[in-house]
Amino acid sequence: MDRALMKGCEAIAESAVRAGCRFYSGYPITPQNEIPEYFARRMPQVGGIFIQGESEIASANMVIGAGMAGARAMTSSSGPGISLKSEALSSMAAVGVPAVICNAMRGGPGTGSITHAQSDYLQATKASGHGGFQMIVLAPSTVQEAADLTYMAFDLADRDRNPVLLLIDGLIAAVTEPVNLPDFREVDINAKEWAVRGRGNGPRKLCSHGDPSEAAIERQNLRMAAMIDTWQKDIMVEKYLVEDAETIIAAYGTSARICHGVVDELRARGQKIGMIRPITVNPFPYEAFESLNHDLVRHILVVEMTVPAQMVYDVKLGVCGRIPISTYGRSGGMLVKHQEIIEKVEQLNREVAE
Amino acid sequence: MKTLYEHPKSLFTQANRFCPGCSHATVTKLIGEVIDELGIESKIINVLAIGCAGLHGECLNVDVFPALHGRAPAAATGIKRVRPDSIVYAYQGDGDLASIGLCETIHTANRGERFTTIFINNAIYGMTGGQMAPTTLIGQKSTTSPNGRDAETAGSPLKMCELISQLDAPQYVARFAVNNVPNILKTKAGIKKAFEIQMYNNGYAFVEILSACPTGLGMSPSAAINFVEQKMMPVYPLGVFKEPKGDEK
Amino acid sequence: MVNIVIHQEKCKGCLFCVSACKKGVLIPGTSPNKKGYHYIKAEKPENCIGCKMCSIICPDAAIELFKEDD
Repeated sequence: MDRALMKGCEAIAESAVRAGCRFYSGYPITPQNEIPEYFARRMPQVGGIFIQGESEIASANMVIGAGMAGARAMTSSSGPGISLKSEALSSMAAVGVPAVICNAMRGGPGTGSITHAQSDYLQATKASGHGGFQMIVLAPSTVQEAADLTYMAFDLADRDRNPVLLLIDGLIAAVTEPVNLPDFREVDINAKEWAVRGRGNGPRKLCSHGDPSEAAIERQNLRMAAMIDTWQKDIMVEKYLVEDAETIIAAYGTSARICHGVVDELRARGQKIGMIRPITVNPFPYEAFESLNHDLVRHILVVEMTVPAQMVYDVKLGVCGRIPISTYGRSGGMLVKHQEIIEKVEQLNREVAE
Repeated sequence: MKTLYEHPKSLFTQANRFCPGCSHATVTKLIGEVIDELGIESKIINVLAIGCAGLHGECLNVDVFPALHGRAPAAATGIKRVRPDSIVYAYQGDGDLASIGLCETIHTANRGERFTTIFINNAIYGMTGGQMAPTTLIGQKSTTSPNGRDAETAGSPLKMCELISQLDAPQYVARFAVNNVPNILKTKAGIKKAFEIQMYNNGYAFVEILSACPTGLGMSPSAAINFVEQKMMPVYPLGVFKEPKGDEK
Repeated sequence: MVNIVIHQEKCKGCLFCVSACKKGVLIPGTSPNKKGYHYIKAEKPENCIGCKMCSIICPDAAIELFKEDD
């Protein structure tokens, strides 16, 4: 295991290379340019392929081709670029292309801001494109976790023949931290018997729902639903000091980094507060909220870098109305502020006391 | 007994789903013949477009990957880069290649990706029901140009061979037609040459084929062939626009 | 003598072959196949010189030609 000091983007790219990713195609867009830049330098060293696509759309479709040909393949982008890739994501799910996609989220709709935001939660977890497919969505809050989850993402994508989304923001992308890099993996592109390569002497590979009938598409939808059911075992969640907590903060990614400090400071002041941090935001750890003792927990504060709040809908589904839920958020690329979160918690404490 | 003409081996024997007189069927048959003659059926990968071109994938006993609308060049790029020993061709119609996928078409050609593009230009959208294509002629009526294509508002027909041949990287750029026997034989030779360039010269080849769409044009098969000859050919002249140096014949 | 094999289920009656045949061998058919197309008919096979024009122009590979040993 190698230890290095790396930016989030670099750690993601290096971890992908170590996971056996040998094809990357992407189009420059801030705040994730260090990912294509890293691959541009790194891929030639490992016999991999880097292509700067002419667009987000072309890049995602090159990844479809590479994934369909058997390679571990990846693309990355930010907000508007992910929207452009959404048709390709839907196609990956439909055709069964394993691929890893990283979204460094932007603030707000349209072009948005390029710093740090969590505006794409609902898009990422519920509908990254048309047609009702889903992806496993991994949301790291440190560079180490970004590297580990990237490595894991390729295995999940191959296991399910489905795209996997790594959901980060400008802070995780740019922050530099020490990271233990995973070991190198060799991946045989001929191991996937379904991959196109020319039919050889065998039957031809159609690599699609060759049957476009309604019944065939429904069967495909049912297969997808069954696959999504199997994801319960993949749920990852951090429960931080929740056992005796009377106040629960729910946050993921960069918001959770900041909320860690909030919980530590308020604990030091004697408050019984904890945090639930979904690491897989899809599948969402509903159980972590369902299992909260509603006699003990007086309120839940959902902290997100987006306004209006988005993850709060999943928290509500888990809580089922048993515990009051509030939100605190900043948007447009503004970080949630440590002191503002503390003030919000104290305000909620006062309201509950009344 | 001597065989004068037999069904191409790589072409499935069941009937295709193209309309009567559709040039897609002619070109599909020719590709089958070329695959047989070059003996490449085991290593060829067909990247399909959306539209009637998609029906092509049902016809040949080769690996097929159906790309999204306009994205066959990008998907073919990914496949060929990962599998450089395979022989890859993108099979696209005019809406797919010259309208929604124009960006991918130009950039793929400009990178000199080492695969072959077969471009069916029939000056109309077939699958969706006869709408205006980027290659629809000035004055040509379609369901979305009911008074005929007007250059003032809809621009002029896109001449893809002329565009692609301006680029440095493409090795072979040629336009053919399948309106009569001599032109069908020339088209077949052009397709074969394009595949050979991929196999031996390792370069990008672009073959445009003027095609008849009787259904989309609302014509009989023979009238659609006349349309190709009399209306399309003056706008889209046949010929080789670019070929490898030292190989000019 | 040329053995003209017309695959009735593949023929769509576009009649390109009828126009291409200079010897009047092929004529439009009157019987429909399963898809409803009136497949062509070899009316005068004895006139066939094996020039292959019909096979080459047929979009659907519906005409195969074999030259029988004389």
